[in-house]
Amino acid sequence: MTEWMLEIDNLHVAVDGKEILKGITLSIPTGEVHAVMGPNGSGKSTLSYTLAGREGYEITRGRILYQGEDLTKLAPEERATRGVFLALQYPVEIPGVATLTFLKTALNAQRRARRETELDAMRVLKLIREKAKALNIGEEMLKRPLNAGFSGGEKKRLEILQMAIFEPKLAILDETDSGLDIDALKLVAEGVNALRAPTRAMLVITHYQRLLTHIVPNRVHVLTKGRIVKSGGSDLALELEASGYENVEAA
Amino acid sequence: MVAVRETTERVADLAGEKYKYGFVTDIEMVRAERGLNENTVRFISAKKGEPEWMLEWRLEAFQRWKEMTEPKWARVHYPPIDYQNAYYYAAPKSQSDAPKSLDEVDPKLLETYQKLGIPLSEQKLLAGVAVDAVFDSVSVATTFKAKLTEAGVIFCPISEAIRAYPDLVRKYLGTVVPVTDNFFATLNSAVFSDGTFVYVPKGVRCPMELSTYFRINASETGQFERTLIIADEGSYVSYLEGCTAPKRDENQLHAAVVELVALEKAEIKYSTVQNWYPGDAEGKGGIYNFVTKRGDCRGKGSKISWTQVETGSAITWKYPSCILRGDDTVGEFYSIAITNNFQQADTGTKMIHLGRNTRSRIVSKGISAGRAQNTYRGLVSVHPRAENARNHTQCDSLLIGSHCGAHTVPYIESRNQTAKLEHEATTSKISDDQLFYCLTRGIPQEEAVALIVNGFCRDVLQQLPMEFAVEAQKLVGISLEGSVG
Repeated sequence: MTEWMLEIDNLHVAVDGKEILKGITLSIPTGEVHAVMGPNGSGKSTLSYTLAGREGYEITRGRILYQGEDLTKLAPEERATRGVFLALQYPVEIPGVATLTFLKTALNAQRRARRETELDAMRVLKLIREKAKALNIGEEMLKRPLNAGFSGGEKKRLEILQMAIFEPKLAILDETDSGLDIDALKLVAEGVNALRAPTRAMLVITHYQRLLTHIVPNRVHVLTKGRIVKSGGSDLALELEASGYENVEAA
Repeated sequence: MVAVRETTERVADLAGEKYKYGFVTDIEMVRAERGLNENTVRFISAKKGEPEWMLEWRLEAFQRWKEMTEPKWARVHYPPIDYQNAYYYAAPKSQSDAPKSLDEVDPKLLETYQKLGIPLSEQKLLAGVAVDAVFDSVSVATTFKAKLTEAGVIFCPISEAIRAYPDLVRKYLGTVVPVTDNFFATLNSAVFSDGTFVYVPKGVRCPMELSTYFRINASETGQFERTLIIADEGSYVSYLEGCTAPKRDENQLHAAVVELVALEKAEIKYSTVQNWYPGDAEGKGGIYNFVTKRGDCRGKGSKISWTQVETGSAITWKYPSCILRGDDTVGEFYSIAITNNFQQADTGTKMIHLGRNTRSRIVSKGISAGRAQNTYRGLVSVHPRAENARNHTQCDSLLIGSHCGAHTVPYIESRNQTAKLEHEATTSKISDDQLFYCLTRGIPQEEAVALIVNGFCRDVLQQLPMEFAVEAQKLVGISLEGSVG
C-alpha cells in the first residue's frame, strides 16, 4: 500500500476574494519527487504559499493532508516544525541579522517546538559548516546579514542549505531555478539530489524544463489557470518544452 | 498587511501583562512631607547631612525654579503635573543605620535585586563589575570599592562625595548643566536625592566597568538622581546605567541630571539601558522621564560617547549631548528608542562644536509600535571658531503596525564654512514577507519580530559593552513581548 506524504484533494484557493486555484488534486507518495510546471499566472506560487500556510490565502474548498493529517489546521511555524519546508522564489533580506544567527534561531526554534534540546553555538556552527561546504557556502557568506546583497545564486544556495539543516519530510521548491545561470543551477540541483531520500518527498515547482534535467522527477503535473491539466512521467517535461503550455491546455 | 495587523493585535493582548519587573517591595519608608517648598529642600539637605554650601546651592536653585515654567516644545502630551502633590524624598528605613556590607542590607532589598537580576551577588563580583545600587533615593551598597581605591578611582554616592570630597564636587557640579539650564534640571538641583559620583585621576584607566542600577520604588515619589563623572587628563572610564521599576498606576516623575567632564585626552563611555514601567496597554500609569544629560569635552583631544537603549517610561524627554569645547575632541551618540502602546519618546542629542577639528557621530534607531509616538530631535551646531568640524548623522525609524508614528526633527546650524555635515534618514516597516519568511523557518512571530528589530538596532547594540549588549538584546525581546511580540 502506498504511503502518502502529501494528498491535495479538489483544492480551491482564493486571494482577496478572487479564486486562483480551481480544484487541484495531486498526491505525492513518500520517497518521490513530483514537479509542477506551469506558465506565469497559472497559480504555482499560490500553491506553494497555501501549502506553507501564508495569511490571505483562503481555502474555499477541498483539503490538504500531510502524512494523513489535516495540514490546514497548523500555523505556518508549526508546519515548519513538523517537517514542511518551503524554499522561496524570492528569499527576503533581513538587514543586520547575520545569516548564521538566523539559521541558529530557526533551528533551535524548531527543536524547542519539538521538545528537543537546543543546540549551543558551537554545535550549530559545526552542523552548518558541514552542510555548507557541499553548497560552496563559505564562512564569509554566513557572517553577512541574511540575504542582504546576496546574488541570485547565493540566495538559492542558502535556501537549499536550510533544507539540508532542517531535514524536512516534505520540501516544496518554488521556482528555485529562477535567476540562476547554468553553473549555479547545477550546484543547487546537486544539493537537492543529495537530499532525496526514501523517507522524504519533494514538490518542485518550475516554469522551465531545464531544472528537471538535473532533478529528475518521478512525476510531472502541468498547472494552467488554476487546474492540473495533465500528469505524466518525467518525459512530459520534455514534451512541454517542445510543444509549449498552450498545446497542453488545448489537449 | 494581514500579518502586520495580527502582530498589532497580539501586541495589544500581551502588552501590560509582560512587564516582568512589576512588583513592589514592602519596606518602611522615611519620607519627606508631600509637596515642595523651602522646608522640603532643607529636609532633604539635612537628611543627607550636607554642608551649608550645598544647602545654599539647593535653595538658590529652588528660588529660580519657582519662576520657571515647564517646557512645552517636545512632541509629548501628558496631563499637568501637580508638583505640590508629590513626595520629594523617600529612603529605605534600614538605611538609617547605614549598612556596611551586604550582610547588613535588608533581606527584602536583596530579594528585590534578585528578582531584577541585579548582580550584587558573588558571580557578578567575579565578573569584575562594581555596583552602586540606588534603591529609591539612597545608595545602599557599594562593592569593589577597595580595588577602585587602589587605582585612585572615586566611585561613591554623590551624597558621600559632597561630604568627603567637597572641593572636587564644588569645582565641577553644575558646570556642565548650569543650575538654571532648564525647568527639570533646576528642579533636580533643588531636590536631588542621591546619585553617583565618579572621579578618575590623571592617566588612570579605570580597572573595571562601573555599573549603577537605578530603581524607583516608593509610590508617588519623584526620583531625582544626580550624577557627576570627571575623567582627569589621559584617563578612561566606562560607566553603565541600568534601570527597572515596579508596576504603578500613578504616574511617577523622574528628572535626573547627569554631568560628564572629560579633561585633556580623557575618554568617557556612558551606556544606559532604561526599562522603567511604561504604563499599561491603555496608557495608564508609567514613568515620566525628563532627563538632562550632558558631557563636556573640556580638554583637547578628549572623547565622550553616549549609548542608550530606551525601552521604558510613559514619556521620555532626553537629549544626551556633547559640548566639543576642546580642539580635536570627539562626541558620539548611539541610541535605540522603543515605544509601544501609548508610550511617547522625544529623544535625541545635541552636538555643539566649539573647538577646531571636532568630530561627532549620531546613530539613532527609533522603533514604534501600538499607538506610540517616537520622535528624534537633534541639534548639530558648528560655531565660528570650529574649523574643520565634522558630523555624520544617521536616523532610522522602524514602524510596526499602522497606528504608531515616527518623527525626525534634525536641526543643523553651521557658522563655519569648513564644516562638513552629513545627515541620512530612513523610515521602514517590518514587512509581511519578512515575517512570513521567518514563520516558514519555524520561528514564531514574536521571536521573528525580536530578531528583525535586533537586526535593525545592530549598529547601536555593538557599541554597548559585551555584557550589557546581551542584556540589551534580551530587553529588546522582552519589550517586544510587551511592546511588539
